[in-house]
Amino acid sequence: MVVCGAEENKKPILVLGIGNILWADEGFGVRTVEYLAQHYDFPSHVGIMDGGTQGLYLMPYLEDLDTLIIVDAVDFGLPPATVHYVCGDEVPVAMGARKISLHQTGFQEVLSLLALRGCMPRSIHLVGVQPLTMEDYGGGLTAEVAAKIPVVTDKVLDLLKLECSVSVIPRQQGTETFGISAIARDVYEAGRPSEKEACRYGDERFLTLLER
Amino acid sequence: MTTLQTPNGFTLDNSGRRIVVDPVTRIEGHLRVEVNVDHENVIRNAVSTGTMWRGLEVILRGRDPRDAWAFVERICGVCTGCHALASVRAVEDALGIRVPTNAFLIRQIMAKVLAWQDHVVHFYHLHALDWVNPINALQADPRATSQLQQTVSPDNPRSSPGYFRDVQNRLRKFVESGQLGIFKNGYWDNAAYLLPPEANLMAVTHYLEALDFQKEIVKVHAVLGGKNPHPNYMVGGVPCAINMDGDMAAGAPLNMERLNFILLKLQEAYAFSKNVYVPDVIAIASYYKNWLYGGGLSAHNVMDYGDYPTIQGDPSTDRFPGGVILNGNWDEILPINPRDPAQIQEFITHSWYQYGPGQEYTGLHPWDGITDPHYALGVNAKGTRTNILAVDENAKYSWIKAPRWRGNACEVGPLARYILAYSKGVAYVKAQVDDALDRFNHMAGTALTPKQALPTTIGRTLARALEAHYCAHQMLDDYNAMIANIKAGDLSTANMTKWDPATWPKEAKGVGLVAAPRGALGHWIKIRDGKIENYQCVVPSTWNGSPRDPRGTIGAFEASLLGTPMVNPEQPVEILRTLHSFDPCLACATHVMAPDGGELSRVIVR
Repeated sequence: MVVCGAEENKKPILVLGIGNILWADEGFGVRTVEYLAQHYDFPSHVGIMDGGTQGLYLMPYLEDLDTLIIVDAVDFGLPPATVHYVCGDEVPVAMGARKISLHQTGFQEVLSLLALRGCMPRSIHLVGVQPLTMEDYGGGLTAEVAAKIPVVTDKVLDLLKLECSVSVIPRQQGTETFGISAIARDVYEAGRPSEKEACRYGDERFLTLLER
Repeated sequence: MTTLQTPNGFTLDNSGRRIVVDPVTRIEGHLRVEVNVDHENVIRNAVSTGTMWRGLEVILRGRDPRDAWAFVERICGVCTGCHALASVRAVEDALGIRVPTNAFLIRQIMAKVLAWQDHVVHFYHLHALDWVNPINALQADPRATSQLQQTVSPDNPRSSPGYFRDVQNRLRKFVESGQLGIFKNGYWDNAAYLLPPEANLMAVTHYLEALDFQKEIVKVHAVLGGKNPHPNYMVGGVPCAINMDGDMAAGAPLNMERLNFILLKLQEAYAFSKNVYVPDVIAIASYYKNWLYGGGLSAHNVMDYGDYPTIQGDPSTDRFPGGVILNGNWDEILPINPRDPAQIQEFITHSWYQYGPGQEYTGLHPWDGITDPHYALGVNAKGTRTNILAVDENAKYSWIKAPRWRGNACEVGPLARYILAYSKGVAYVKAQVDDALDRFNHMAGTALTPKQALPTTIGRTLARALEAHYCAHQMLDDYNAMIANIKAGDLSTANMTKWDPATWPKEAKGVGLVAAPRGALGHWIKIRDGKIENYQCVVPSTWNGSPRDPRGTIGAFEASLLGTPMVNPEQPVEILRTLHSFDPCLACATHVMAPDGGELSRVIVR
């Protein structure tokens, strides 16, 4: 996490990736903020956070922000790997619309509690991608969805520029690791046990058999 | 079948109307429950189903054991810290690593901060709405709330009528804005809600205070665990150095200023649980003095491994003593050995797994555990494989395995720990329980004994509150022990002598145990050639949510619902109340919402 700093007279901005990295495309939000932190330098009042699936426990970090930009895999009912952007009141609606993921309803509740307590961010944005599959437990992002990381990154940088007047600087690659290296995307995906060792199927109500 | 006697002393009757609540919670695998009610709407049969496959064990195979904590931290959004702690403890146990005293104490403080926060969040965010009607709080006279507050918690300074009036106005504004949000889903007209308006306003006020305080207590984790919201753990110790003369730069070692900051937050937590949380639970419980349902298995069998020793490696100093109580005999605590293959075993007869030919009725110790999914519905199930209308509990019906101790189903959790500690005569716990019951009996005009009051839904909720406060009490002791150790010149926080896999034996196995907020948590690991060969997590919700075993013994969730009368089966307040009292995980939504906030969960009566 890049800690929200107290740069003078600037209210904090947070780019928050949410999702579960253990469920294939569910990890899109986390992997995108990982990519952002690895490739760009941000001013001290812009935080980049891997929120995982922590739901309510994220609330302390979301209070009284100027701007909250959420990156997430969301079921918008669109073709797989479609990037979709919503803002304002549409965000909680989009995040609760289809209860396919383990964290979306929890996050909708977080937004509701921020409203109750009167500390909603001044503006909220959601940059989402339609997942192709979340049914591959232990798997990484599918190639189609992974290809959208740079696209969503550009959208986030545009939002920072246009909505928050924040300019970021590309950094030399590999100068900083983000989070725990054992579960960084490349290590996590390269170290996956074989299908023989780790079965990849289960409950048909949730998991359809992958191409074998 | 219609009526059936289970080996562990419960009577099941599935002849009445079947009610399906799905989901009850969506964490650690979704939870669904089906019950049968008789003609008076009393629950006579209960079937709990874990509806999601979680194959964490299989994805860890072949990984570096030192990294396992980072994976298990991602199992679930709420239980991050306890899974990580169980994991590093399992690896250290396997490799014979003893962590430095500072690491031993810092880990305890982190675990107890987490437990404290978890219990507070659980009560106010999830569970309180099973007892408290926030909409009714708008009818309260703030002066009556002020009077009630001063009666139940004289030491709480925030008790003026003006304070409660302000909160009420804030609540009214929120409700009138039309975005009920979190409060939109309740069955607020149900007669199962018994609090008067002034008590509802007191509880809602503290719900908001709890939200406010959350951001303070997580700062302790940020200082000790580094990267929040996913704290760092490390095999061999803790990843934070100590330098008492150091500065406050980001990433700098712990210094006196940071330690003083931690102390302040621990003291604030102590005051909150003492003056707000515990008194609230006692006061709310007193209005439900005749609702003594939900005890189920806790009146028979309870279990915990024991944790929080004052001396590292000496279980006789555990502040939560481990052991097993069977058949409600509080006079005898049986010792538990998590390494003994004959003691803890998991069965899959009614679970969607397979152990291989001829092994359908076999129990496996976690070190030899197999996680091989096998999804199949019983012949009497209704619906299809992808849309189950009713499961067949005589066949496989859950993704949760059935762990047993010497063949016995046991309840785990704060209530289990409190029954064990009370029975063992742990002085602090005994005083806490006796004092809480005195206050409850005084307010309610009852004369309940611990044995009558504790094994109930209310007792489970009370035990969690008392445990939160005991954790706050312990953390202050741990903090003082750490300061004394540092002042004595010990600055070590990590033991790296066995970090290099070249120093490891070819094969090793270990177990990591934690008194996690939801109950006894165990991770069993086998290491071969420096890699994970087998990994099994037996989590609290596995014990409590377990399906039947080969003998037909039922688990804690199922047992807890039996005999409970429902006011209105189409509004399963009573089911949610009792299941929520187990705290079956929460971050990923327990009060499940549709986009318009209209739906709590799907309830089908047939």
